[in-house]
Amino acid sequence: MSLLTDLINLNLSDTTEKIIAEYIWIGGSGMDLRSKARTLSGPVSDPSKLPKWNYDGSSTGQAPGEDSEVILYPQAIFKDPFRRGSNILVICDAYTPAGEPIPTNKRAAAAKIFSHPKVVAEVPWYGLEQEYTLLKKDVHWPLGWPTGGFPGPQGPYYCGIGADKAFGRDIVDSHYKACLYAGVNISGINGEVMPGQWEFQVGPSVGISAGDELWVARYILERITEIAGVVVSFDPKPIPGDWNGAGCHTNYSTKSMRNPGGYEIIKKAIDKLGLRHKEHIAAYGEGNERRLTGRHETADINTFLWGVANRGASIRVGRDTEKEGKGYFEDRRPASNMDPYVVTSMVAETTILL
Amino acid sequence: VNMAQILAPSVQWQMRITKNSSYSTDASSMSSKMWSSLFLKQSKKLTARSSAKYRLLAVKSEHGTINRMEDLLNLDVTPYTDKIIAEYIWIGGTGIDVRSKSRTISKPVEHPSELPKWNYDGSSTGQAPGEDSEVILYPQAIFKDPFRGGNNILVICDAYTPAGEPIPTNKRHKAAQIFSDAKVVAEVPWYGIEQEYTLLQTDVKWPLGWPVGGYPGPQGPYYCAAGADKSFGRDISDAHYKACLYAGINISGTNGEVMPGQWEFQVGPSVGIEAGDHIWCARYLLERITEQAGVVLTLDPKPIEGDWNGAGCHTNYSTKSMRAEGGFEVIKKAILNMSLRHKEHISAYGEGNERRLTGKHETASINTFSWGVANRGCSIRVGRDTEKEGKGYLEDRRPASNMDPYVVTALLAETTLLWEPTLEAEALAAQKLAMKV
Repeated sequence: MSLLTDLINLNLSDTTEKIIAEYIWIGGSGMDLRSKARTLSGPVSDPSKLPKWNYDGSSTGQAPGEDSEVILYPQAIFKDPFRRGSNILVICDAYTPAGEPIPTNKRAAAAKIFSHPKVVAEVPWYGLEQEYTLLKKDVHWPLGWPTGGFPGPQGPYYCGIGADKAFGRDIVDSHYKACLYAGVNISGINGEVMPGQWEFQVGPSVGISAGDELWVARYILERITEIAGVVVSFDPKPIPGDWNGAGCHTNYSTKSMRNPGGYEIIKKAIDKLGLRHKEHIAAYGEGNERRLTGRHETADINTFLWGVANRGASIRVGRDTEKEGKGYFEDRRPASNMDPYVVTSMVAETTILL
Repeated sequence: VNMAQILAPSVQWQMRITKNSSYSTDASSMSSKMWSSLFLKQSKKLTARSSAKYRLLAVKSEHGTINRMEDLLNLDVTPYTDKIIAEYIWIGGTGIDVRSKSRTISKPVEHPSELPKWNYDGSSTGQAPGEDSEVILYPQAIFKDPFRGGNNILVICDAYTPAGEPIPTNKRHKAAQIFSDAKVVAEVPWYGIEQEYTLLQTDVKWPLGWPVGGYPGPQGPYYCAAGADKSFGRDISDAHYKACLYAGINISGTNGEVMPGQWEFQVGPSVGIEAGDHIWCARYLLERITEQAGVVLTLDPKPIEGDWNGAGCHTNYSTKSMRAEGGFEVIKKAILNMSLRHKEHISAYGEGNERRLTGKHETASINTFSWGVANRGCSIRVGRDTEKEGKGYLEDRRPASNMDPYVVTALLAETTLLWEPTLEAEALAAQKLAMKV
């Protein structure tokens, strides 16, 4: 045992310049994360200096067997909290050998939207609130719940403490520090209303980096639950019935919204979102209809409703924003399994380009 | 518990006390800065970039491979970033449930006024309706975080509406007002609070160490005892002691209690509003530790019916006049005032206290007000030292373990310093209590 520990924690910087780069990409379901590692000759801090790579797309449902190579383009670098030293994590997106983004690559289209001069000028900020549920490994039942039964009803668990109210805090706390170490802009965590459910927030991040940061945070989270022997679920309604679902509320603002008079811009933006409710909902995560019921702090999936401090609305505007006449708003519709590239770019497109 | 060892505070405390400070954040900035710099004195030795040798054993490995999560939990991020993690702590809708969530702050802070206000979903804690759910958190006191180490902090907060009014469950606000009253400030009220608590096995909610479906041998061998058949959960009590010392909480002692599985810790002497802040933070640390230990904490005042002790939160109290020559007379006058407001105090001393204050098991009956020297069966006990030296403090034995320290400490100050009975009422009470006033 101790020999393995020594080897895992070997600090290579004394013996070699080489570093290990873990290339990370999104697989065929749009929600499964994949990664593999390669050696690089020296430390790198600029993604454009990293070599492109490729993987077997036929093993991830992203290419046929006879023409299976999918090319990985490195897009963002983070420090590796598991290997430490100068080793890195690399967020990539996937292309055909001809240079076309493959169908499951949502980052490419988002990057186009975020490079549009109108969008660049508005400096869009995102704060993403990722909720997730921890499940016991073999039974896929939430952590802390009695197997074959249910815990006491919701009430005591939100931000709760104690062995009968908080299940899995070590995972959440190690994730927090790991993300800070990695360079992810993690801004907070809290225990959620359903026992065994947690939330972390990433932001404020500008443009495309919101998606990069959320995906690497999800990767780090799943690597940590792997260590802990627990399963992480991003399903938007893991337990049917009188139990909260899991969302990924997206807080959003542009330069104009953050300046004096911003509240009017916010209201205009919300109106535009209201006119495209169906298009947004279709892109806000699979299975969201099981979650957006109008109960459990959600608005019904077919209704578009906004309000100040109203957690039962589709869009919530904070009291601070209303009072100061500027700020941001919160889109509460996205599910926990949403793709942040899709959601962030769609909100920018609808509110700035249309 | 013996308060004698803490009657004479260390030089640091005396220094702070003579500067005549009150401890809500609307006090003078000089006194508040002094207070906060005392608590974070330990961190002054660490610069923002040092990596202290800090180690917390937090995780039990389940499946026999090396557990790398421990490395992450113990990770000292100070060499990589100036950012710190602040855990904001508040009291929820029942008045006894503690809640917390954390946020990243761009660099280390020393004083609560440097921290931003925050907000939380009051509809999830029974403190606001869903359509108007934001409740605002005002940071009031900072402690070091013993779970995260480094420059990370715990922040005790109280809760307000967006319009700036304290919400109904916010008891700190009124207490802070009482403690800023000039008369109260001048008397420098000290509190020593003895928090009792019971540990329960998780799935059955039966006390730790008790046989499931049965009872241990009767009370007698357990008070301050050692041994696997007499002391259950010492690691929790000991870990809590060090965690509190690390955090900057003024913890003065611990002991095993009369009922097996029950423990006590004491916080004090604390001045004014601090007593409440320190107890709430100590309760938070205790429940975080029991969470790690897989044991349930209860502050119920009578966890097991029958011939088993309840759990209290005896509150020791003194003012400058009580501690000075002739103080014993001031103490008796204070007790007199308290006897005339027994009902008001009892109704504020904790839910379910009637199950505990029976007149047996070292309590006085809930309907009777009594006092005595060295008498544990009284509402108020005065120590033999105090009687002998003619000055000292009193112990209010009525508060239950689930009392709110902001309420109790402020009420004691109010009744003894700000409230005056009519002359006839006073004379009658003096007669009843056999006191010369």
